[in-house]
Amino acid sequence: MPPPQPWIVRVTHWVNVVLLVIMAGSGLRILGAHPMLGPVGAEYEWYPLQGTPPPDALTLGSWLAGARHWHFAFAWLFAANALVYVVYLAASGEWRRRLFLPRRDLANAGGTFLYYLRLRRTPPPQDGLYNGLQRLAYTSILALAPLLVLTGLALYKPVQLPWLTALLGGYDTARTLHLLLLAAVALFALVHVVQVLLHPRTLGDMITGGRRREAGS
Amino acid sequence: MSRKLFTRRDLLVAGARATGLVALGSLACDSQRPRQGFLGLMERVNERFERGLFRPDRLAPELPESDETPEGEFPAYHITPEVPVAPAGWALSVRGLVERPLTLSVQDLQRLPRTSTRVRHHCVEGWSAVASWQGVRLSEVARLARVDPRARYVEFRSFDSGYWSSWDLESALHPQTILAYGMNGQPLAREYGAPLRLYSAVKLGYKMVKYLAAVSFLPVRTGGYWEDRGYEWFAGV
Repeated sequence: MPPPQPWIVRVTHWVNVVLLVIMAGSGLRILGAHPMLGPVGAEYEWYPLQGTPPPDALTLGSWLAGARHWHFAFAWLFAANALVYVVYLAASGEWRRRLFLPRRDLANAGGTFLYYLRLRRTPPPQDGLYNGLQRLAYTSILALAPLLVLTGLALYKPVQLPWLTALLGGYDTARTLHLLLLAAVALFALVHVVQVLLHPRTLGDMITGGRRREAGS
Repeated sequence: MSRKLFTRRDLLVAGARATGLVALGSLACDSQRPRQGFLGLMERVNERFERGLFRPDRLAPELPESDETPEGEFPAYHITPEVPVAPAGWALSVRGLVERPLTLSVQDLQRLPRTSTRVRHHCVEGWSAVASWQGVRLSEVARLARVDPRARYVEFRSFDSGYWSSWDLESALHPQTILAYGMNGQPLAREYGAPLRLYSAVKLGYKMVKYLAAVSFLPVRTGGYWEDRGYEWFAGV
């Protein structure tokens, strides 16, 4: 049995934490230059923050040009790090114990969800490294990464990548999606940190790798 | 006393420290100096990526009239506090590496083959807008001026407080890069760069110099108003 968190998983995880902070901070600074969604002059009533720039404390890059340089420099590292992780998952077989496989995990995810809602007294028995709900969360966040990159590319090169921009519903829609994806990542990060605080051993595992456990234990 | 001021070891340590500092400095990310360090290195990488992605014959989609941004909603920026006014007797000067330097009045430009393009405008700030632009392709003017093959860059100068920008030749000669004297079928308004402005489907808004005064074909790359302040030079879309 491999340890709970092999070294490549640990390295890419912590590198990703740093890169996500840089990408989110510089992205919010870029948003601050025009903190509106939708076509110019149109009412976009569903977006509650129309016209409100993100607070300075959440931004990085000081000004629009600085933030753009940060964003476009570190986007490559973000994509490369994610690629290393995905290739490792596929090549090592780690995907089996990490990704959400509906046949194995769906019932467990539902049961765990009910347990968290206090609608169920005991959690369903965990199969391997994670419970079904964890696998669903980690797989969902992994699926958001390529969407972040693709919406970002459409904003960076809307004319040179016309098929991508059209697929995403046009430039303004791609911009809205890019921000919604950031909101989804932020929501994931918040729940993730709360869960880690409730289960501190997992934090140790992500730093040291954790103790090898016998199969089935 | 035969104590040396520096031992060899001291010198080696100092040398290693200095090298380390220089290496760190070259990897630094300074938002105020984005042309230097790691950010500057990555801008050069990104420019290669952008130039590699650019196709001279790839056209931005021409949009229907119904996509036009409502009149007055299309943002308008200039550097001079008041809307700039063209000097009396205004004419566009075409200079640099050309066989036939030209001086073109608006009437001269209007006699050249007229083209119209309605494409999405992308601003560095993040907004986009649509208008139709009428004018003459820059490639047509380049043909008339007989541009020397040694020219690789084009510099655009305005009478708006010295606003300017320089472009790669390929983007400047793109069929959707035009010298526009009309907008949405009307003569170009002063807020949008009258009497003549650069318009293009393949660059960010700040590259499209308004209130044009001169176009120069050059063998070397120069900068620009925002480019010299830290914004990307290539800035393709």
